[in-house]
Amino acid sequence: MTTYFTKDHEWLKVEGDVATVGITEYAQSQLGDVVFVELPETGKALAQGDEAAVVESVKAASEVYAPVDGEIVDGNADLEGEPAKVNEDPENSAWFFKMKLSNAGQLEELMNEADYKAYVESL
Amino acid sequence: MSMNTQGRPTSAGEAAATAHKTFTGNKALDMEEPLIFEIGRTDICGVDLDEVEDFQPRLGKHERKSEIGLVGLSEPETMRHYVRLSRNNYAIDAGLYPLGSCTMKHNPRLNEKMARLPGFGDIHPLQPISTTAGAFELIDELARWLMETTGTSAVAMSPKAGAHGEQCGMMAIKKALEARGEPRSIVLVPESAHGTNPATAALLGYKVVAIPAREDGTVDVSAVQEKLDLYKGEVAALMLTNPNTCGLFEPQVVEIAKAIHDAGAYFYCDGANFNAIVGKARPGDLGIDAMHINLHKTFSTPHGGGGPGSGPVVLSDRLAPFAPLPFIRKNGSELEVIETRDQLVEGEDPFGRMTAFHGQMGMFVRALSYMLSHGSDGLKQASEDAVLNANYVRVGLQDLMTLPYGEKPCMHEVLFDDTFLDGTGVTTLDFAKAMIDEGYHPMTMYFPLVVHGAMLIEPTESESRASLDLFVATLRDLVMSAKSGETERFAGAPYHAPRRRLDETSAARKPILKWTPPAPAQVEPLVPAE
Amino acid sequence: MRYLPLSNNDRADMLGRVGVDSIDALFADIPANMQIEDLENLPRRKSEMEVERVLSRMASKNVSASSVPFFVGAGAYKHHVPATVDHLIQRSEFLTSYTPYQPEITQGTLQALFEFQTQVANLTGMEVANASMYDGSTGAAEAVLMAHRITKKKKAVLSGGLHPQYREVIEGITHQLPGGSVVSMPADPMGTEDILAQIDDETSCVVVQSPSFYGQLIDLKPIADKAHEHKALLIAVFTEVISLGLVESPGAQGADIVVGEGQSLGNPLTFGGPYVGLFATRQKYVRNMPGRVCGETKDAEGKRGFVLTLSTREQHIRRDKATSNICTNSGLCCLAFSIHMTLLGETGLKKLARINHTNAIKLADMLAGIEGVEVLNDSFFNEFTIRVPANADDVIEALAVNGVLGGLPVSRLEPGKDGVQDLIVVAATEVNTDEDRAAFVSALKEVLA
Repeated sequence: MTTYFTKDHEWLKVEGDVATVGITEYAQSQLGDVVFVELPETGKALAQGDEAAVVESVKAASEVYAPVDGEIVDGNADLEGEPAKVNEDPENSAWFFKMKLSNAGQLEELMNEADYKAYVESL
Repeated sequence: MSMNTQGRPTSAGEAAATAHKTFTGNKALDMEEPLIFEIGRTDICGVDLDEVEDFQPRLGKHERKSEIGLVGLSEPETMRHYVRLSRNNYAIDAGLYPLGSCTMKHNPRLNEKMARLPGFGDIHPLQPISTTAGAFELIDELARWLMETTGTSAVAMSPKAGAHGEQCGMMAIKKALEARGEPRSIVLVPESAHGTNPATAALLGYKVVAIPAREDGTVDVSAVQEKLDLYKGEVAALMLTNPNTCGLFEPQVVEIAKAIHDAGAYFYCDGANFNAIVGKARPGDLGIDAMHINLHKTFSTPHGGGGPGSGPVVLSDRLAPFAPLPFIRKNGSELEVIETRDQLVEGEDPFGRMTAFHGQMGMFVRALSYMLSHGSDGLKQASEDAVLNANYVRVGLQDLMTLPYGEKPCMHEVLFDDTFLDGTGVTTLDFAKAMIDEGYHPMTMYFPLVVHGAMLIEPTESESRASLDLFVATLRDLVMSAKSGETERFAGAPYHAPRRRLDETSAARKPILKWTPPAPAQVEPLVPAE
Repeated sequence: MRYLPLSNNDRADMLGRVGVDSIDALFADIPANMQIEDLENLPRRKSEMEVERVLSRMASKNVSASSVPFFVGAGAYKHHVPATVDHLIQRSEFLTSYTPYQPEITQGTLQALFEFQTQVANLTGMEVANASMYDGSTGAAEAVLMAHRITKKKKAVLSGGLHPQYREVIEGITHQLPGGSVVSMPADPMGTEDILAQIDDETSCVVVQSPSFYGQLIDLKPIADKAHEHKALLIAVFTEVISLGLVESPGAQGADIVVGEGQSLGNPLTFGGPYVGLFATRQKYVRNMPGRVCGETKDAEGKRGFVLTLSTREQHIRRDKATSNICTNSGLCCLAFSIHMTLLGETGLKKLARINHTNAIKLADMLAGIEGVEVLNDSFFNEFTIRVPANADDVIEALAVNGVLGGLPVSRLEPGKDGVQDLIVVAATEVNTDEDRAAFVSALKEVLA
């Protein structure tokens, strides 16, 4: 299993042709208290950069983009009832959705953990 | 001698200084008030109404079977409930209310009295037109004042508030483009705009393209031109607030208007800040095609805790034919009321209707009462005073607080950023909440979005010099306090308001939007069930 | 000028402090050729007395509802508002406060809004209500847009019993949407239209008014069922909120969104505005609801308090992705509504509704007794439609000349429409006396003779 990161502060864990997607620790710290998460419908096909989910804090709503092309195969229903999980455990149990990759080649353009860390420090 | 045998103490010194927790939770005049649902009863009524005898309904099968779930209070209880609630509110009548872009000015009570004349307050929008000649005369007269002050030749009176006015103006623009056979898809909005601008454009199906602000907080005509070239033939309109939300008059507004018009697009102006320039300049002369006027800002109709507002839209000649129904057509001194399409004559092509009836008549009366009171001289003086007051606050604070665009004159509101709080651990929010403890309503904060930790102060013309002096001194004291590390004055603020800081996170995570009866307490049955 | 606290001395001193010679220096960003010296076509300032004189003269040209036998309804109703209501809403703390963005010092407004939302939700039989829209007509248009967001479909079906101006407001905005369509049914005075046949899989929502514009009570249940079969929503509309004291709630009949005009409680006629739009829906749709909403929470000391919440739906945060562009609502009108409702309570509202209904029945029977006059509705609340053997517009004008404001000729709102040119919508409320009704009947007889 490999973990990738995007400049939009999302992470992907890829197993076979399925990527689990969430937002990073840095993203949750910037958002403040998360109060609502809107997840994509299963079966929806998305292109890289399409709006996939929405994460809301009290005073802001932010879009979560599809990091790569693919089809939504699952959403983390736990987040709908317990949005606070995004603050507590963003890079693990508070994953947003899983997508079936349709263009695995896109992964190569993403960052690894070290690169992402350097990227965040540069902000 | 005669003696005071009860020995009643009359000096304050003998009353102990230590506060104690009260039984009721009240603190003298500061009283806790339950919800009506916790104190009301279903069998109490504060209005005397006769019971209908021998009630024989003609409701078919539609009679209500269920209880409604309402409670009543007698008249004295109702009075007390709402009076107590009212005392938990800040109000312009009670203190300085420097909310930038909101124009919290004095609300004259003459206006209230006029709106309540039976000839205005007690007339029906659909009673015969022949019985409401005075109402149309008032609407027409207010329209004249709005056109004169803005330098335009038409006005749509019916929009119910600012955002509704924006919608009206943008619908007229859309219709005008369709009439030209050139539907377009893009609306340009500067980043500093009020949120209603992009929301309105999106509501009408337009794609919103942002225009960045210049270093000095204003819009550069070349930035507009760049977008017009990039989206050639696709830009329907520019929505620009002027004076803008940074408190600055757009110096290139005439050039911007020209660029917009040369590209075949329309210039929508958000009139939220009209209070700065009434009697000084006319937006029509500057080249706008449509501008809403918030009667509840510039022309003093009360905000009422969030409304009602009123948002008439003045229109250029190019948009006038597309003004919505209803409108008044003038034939000499004769006023003709046009409510339906069959009454239209050539050259009139309304895009539709914004609302039932004729608009916010109650607000029209108040606004006209305000305008008549001021007259042309008073309106101009009010704008000058509003601008002077804002600049007076600016110079009183600019050495301690930070102006994002440098020390230059502002219009009727002054914008600070939070740079001066760097390293203090105090945020804009904390600073605002500490103002509450000092007896002030905070300024508009975190808006406009183009400035970090924005604090937008609009004192209005209603403040005296003494009031401004105290306000400036208070803010200076707060800044000094923040800089000297007295963070607890801010972090926990407000300490003295009816409520401490409220938990907005849990309110949004698990919304409780209405009262529900508490679950009945579990009582052990006396006799165990078999 | 009596509203301006600065003296000329103050102004001069303050300009000195600001560091400019004259006030004009502060307006230097306005291009010089665009500055004006004076608003020359407008008069100078006026004293309070003079303003009163000018406005009173205009007001005196209008016939007020209380001064004559009055039977006009059709979306705005003449009711008695207790004196307490107007006193309370004129308290400075309510009247001159802004939107409660600083909850610590606006708990008064916020708690009143929370109570208002509860009253509206309970009245309509729904789970949640917002803190008001501008009025019933704009609320109805917002409801259609909300249904489009939820169903991701764009066809609205509007009943022929919907207030014609509400229909026009809905048509106006939905026609602006790419792909939006509206099916408007023909005028339906008796509630006999077959709206079920119009509902299909493309339908986003069905908009039905009950009591209808013509006064007829409509069975919403079958319409809700059919709509739900096609994954469409039922939007139930009312213009007379007092009807809910006597008529089954739209919520109990399966409505998904309920919108209505709340003017009847607490708010004077004022020629059509400001009024208060009531808006309620199901819990599951709350995040698609437009407008402000107030919620309960706790403060840092654990005390109950109220805040505006779910703001991420709104324009000031979501900008071009907001559920609506609405900002200012009808705050003070909600307060008036809520105070009047609190004075009435459950018992009072029901009593008031019975009086209204009874007065309407009495009037309907009296009018039906006039030769040539027909009452069209078999069930109604406080409003019904009559057919007269003449042009309705002329009849109403003639009645006005005789000192009776006798209702709305449908042709005023529906000019040239088939089958409505001889119809008058007549409203009766608790303000009408036996004398008023007798005057109406005798004037109508005279006019028709």
